[in-house]
Amino acid sequence: MPRLVRMDATGHSQLAEWAGSGVDYDRAVEAFRAELEEGYIGVWDHRDGTATQVRELPPDADLVILRKPIAGG
Amino acid sequence: MASAALPELAAVPWRAPIDLERLRRWGRLWTLWTVGWTIPFIVAGVALTLVEPMAIPVAVASFAHAWVVPELHAFRGASVLRQKGERHAEAEPVAHGFLADLLDHEPRDLQRQTGLVLERGRLGQWLVGEAGGILFLPGSRRVHCFCVGVTDKELPPSDRIAHLLLALRSDEIGFATVANHAFSGASWRVRRRLPKPMRPAFDQALAAARSAG
Repeated sequence: MPRLVRMDATGHSQLAEWAGSGVDYDRAVEAFRAELEEGYIGVWDHRDGTATQVRELPPDADLVILRKPIAGG
Repeated sequence: MASAALPELAAVPWRAPIDLERLRRWGRLWTLWTVGWTIPFIVAGVALTLVEPMAIPVAVASFAHAWVVPELHAFRGASVLRQKGERHAEAEPVAHGFLADLLDHEPRDLQRQTGLVLERGRLGQWLVGEAGGILFLPGSRRVHCFCVGVTDKELPPSDRIAHLLLALRSDEIGFATVANHAFSGASWRVRRRLPKPMRPAFDQALAAARSAG
């Protein structure tokens, strides 16, 4: 089942889970947008070693991860 | 909606995107920089010895500088892979499980053993740690060390690595552009400055890069 996960101080937190379009997906979209507002960046992990940044929650994604910005140290 | 470029690039608009040619140029500059630091100290040491044998202790100090300065540069390069910050013992097992979930079997085993993630990119082989990554160019003995990290210190170590890994997978060029170039030089100079448990990952990355050349 597709999941929306946020990497945070707890290790990670699952924010939403959905199956296709419907109420669960709408809630996931809401949660996703709220996290983007907080400065998180959405990454669609394709489960094959590749990833894509997303600004909208893809309904067919298996795993979408929210990460914080990085910067040169 | 998907975007190809890292949003973090907006913070460094003056930087040109990294490519192989730029990396090679940086490599040559680093060599010149190292020579520029070393030669004057060696020349001064030799000159002192020839002019005034009583000044040999000063000459030895000069030779030491010629050795220490490049060593410090290499140490700075190796530091991008060293463990940094708090360990967050409570959250780390959860974060580590999540990071392992992002990896295939072999990189997962290597990460468990060494704490580093080996990732193949278009530019070469990357070794990713908590505070940056080292890039091994195909067929080259030179490495490029990049210092980059998440600014949030509350994240457990494995989450910090996962952040870098996901950014690297999303946009490798952007990742290398956002990162600060900490060092470039011969791989052996960095390897010996790494903690011993990390060296198997370094060796594997180097072997993979050489075989790809």
